[in-house]
Amino acid sequence: MRITQGTFSFLPDLTDEQLEAQMRYALRNGWAIMVEHTDDPHPRNAFWDMWDQPFFDLAEDDSEEVMDHIRQAREGLPERYVKVVCYDASLGRQSSMLSIIVQRPSDEPGFRLERRETHDRTIDYQLHPYAQEDPAGRRYGQTGSHNGAGPDGSPL
Amino acid sequence: MATDQKDRWDAGVTPYAEMGYWDADYEPKDTDVLAAFRITPQPGVDPIEAAAAVAGESSTATWTVVWTDRLTPHEHYQAKAYSVEQVGETDQYIAKIAYDIDLFEEGSIPNMTSSIIGNVFGFKALKALRLEDMRIPPHYLKTFQGPPHGIVMEREYLDKFGRPLLGATTKPKLGLSAKNYGRVVYEALRGGLDFTKDDENINSQPFMRWRDRYIHAMEAVNRASAVTGEVKGHYLNVTAPDMEGMYERAEFAKEVGSIIIMQDLTVGYAAMQSMSKWARANGMILHLHRAGHATYTRQKNHGVNFRVIAKWCRMLGVDHIHAGTVVGKLEGDPNATKGYYDVCRERYNPANPETGIYFDQDWASLPGMFPVASGGIHAGQMHQLLHYLGEDTVLQFGGGTIGHPMGIAAGATANRVAVEAIIQARNEGRDYFEEGPDILKQAGKRSKELSSALEVWKDVTFEFESTDTPDSTPTPTTTSA
Repeated sequence: MRITQGTFSFLPDLTDEQLEAQMRYALRNGWAIMVEHTDDPHPRNAFWDMWDQPFFDLAEDDSEEVMDHIRQAREGLPERYVKVVCYDASLGRQSSMLSIIVQRPSDEPGFRLERRETHDRTIDYQLHPYAQEDPAGRRYGQTGSHNGAGPDGSPL
Repeated sequence: MATDQKDRWDAGVTPYAEMGYWDADYEPKDTDVLAAFRITPQPGVDPIEAAAAVAGESSTATWTVVWTDRLTPHEHYQAKAYSVEQVGETDQYIAKIAYDIDLFEEGSIPNMTSSIIGNVFGFKALKALRLEDMRIPPHYLKTFQGPPHGIVMEREYLDKFGRPLLGATTKPKLGLSAKNYGRVVYEALRGGLDFTKDDENINSQPFMRWRDRYIHAMEAVNRASAVTGEVKGHYLNVTAPDMEGMYERAEFAKEVGSIIIMQDLTVGYAAMQSMSKWARANGMILHLHRAGHATYTRQKNHGVNFRVIAKWCRMLGVDHIHAGTVVGKLEGDPNATKGYYDVCRERYNPANPETGIYFDQDWASLPGMFPVASGGIHAGQMHQLLHYLGEDTVLQFGGGTIGHPMGIAAGATANRVAVEAIIQARNEGRDYFEEGPDILKQAGKRSKELSSALEVWKDVTFEFESTDTPDSTPTPTTTSA
């Protein structure tokens, strides 16, 4: 299956050129940009791991720096979900404005839906990512014991 | 303000304007509630006297002088008409009236509406009367909590950013069994929509009782979440004959794990505010279907403009409110609709004759509501929808999903591909409104769901003149204008 979280999951994966255009849009709006990653794609996993500190105060022309950062994250985080999140700190919004998945594991096994019959025909539903059968860091074919590596190569 | 004939306090009838309900020099206080009324006096009735009568009848007055006024500082409680302007060459006038904040119970829309639109609309000296807009001062706004979640919190809860949310109303709206109904929900959600919705009149009828619908809808929602990895929801309509019934249905919706419920405007202001409190206490997103509003919002000379209804609903607190589509099958002038959307979403609305906003309105950080566009819209209009309605909306394609020639899921996919393609193009800086049809056609080359939707609905538009436009609009507008 293809997990369809994120702003553009129903389009073909964005090329780097298309992604950079989106980053320029974010920078033009004065938004902060952060790269996050996970091997736990449960829809209620609100806190993917941060790859590094968010970028603040970049100009539209600095989009290449953002793209370098994204490329480094992809290389350092093989077989993990990587997304770029853009934040608007302005009064009244103070939240995410874009959320783009920029890398996926080559195989996405998806979710098992568990049903527990409770009472009066009601059912308790639980969603289990198949990948969670393995401990963190050893999912999606990875053999490491940690959650990938940071930008400088050190364990996260 | 004595007259030659009659002292202010002599028994009998004194013109309203002479009793203190008209004051051309009045400077509204920051704490005053202000209202703009469109007044059509009966022939021969002085417009200033008509405005004063509206001020009087919506505040302290009765038809004759009462000595008991002298037992209070009555001037404090009298509403004051302070401006009357003729609308062009018509028989209509815009009257602005100021009300002291003490006239209104804290946190009560029923009380505010009983004053402002209580008796006065049947007043014989007026041919017609319309409440066009209100300015609610922050001092009064702060006695309300507003939407249980608001746009930002809802987006974070759903983890969906950067594009309009997508929904569909289950069709046919009446007559499906619970299991078949759930099938429509499942197909639409797995195909790419974020939400599906009960229609306003699907409550608990013999062909499908509410409890059975809720159970099957939640099976559909959870299955769709499992095959997409996304948060999904179905608005379970909790509209019931009485509050006990609404609470019972809402509690069951919570028990079966729904993230969102809905209610109809027909349940009334007190019931809506009660559900708002319940929704806040239980972490439930609350959708409002404005069932019945057009009976009093549509005609330009009489009733209550929808922008006022939207303000009241933002105060009493819902997270979603139907607010028009511009391009769909239901009434909605583009400029007026923009005004409604601004009222729903913005932190501050400056007065703007073009969009029908009469007063500056500071929302005092009350969260915004998602305006919902529903009724006769389809994927081929996506560029127009984004242009007219913006990004913080819920676009609901009922027929435009379920009527897709390749099936419901394909219809949902077509809508999702279309919205993502238009958003991508907008962010890239393209003129997506002008290039919209081409952007969609290109996206359709990689999505047969979209190309087939574009083909089947290519000629569907609803071009009729609006019955209601802001006065600054010289002629009735249509979307092709």
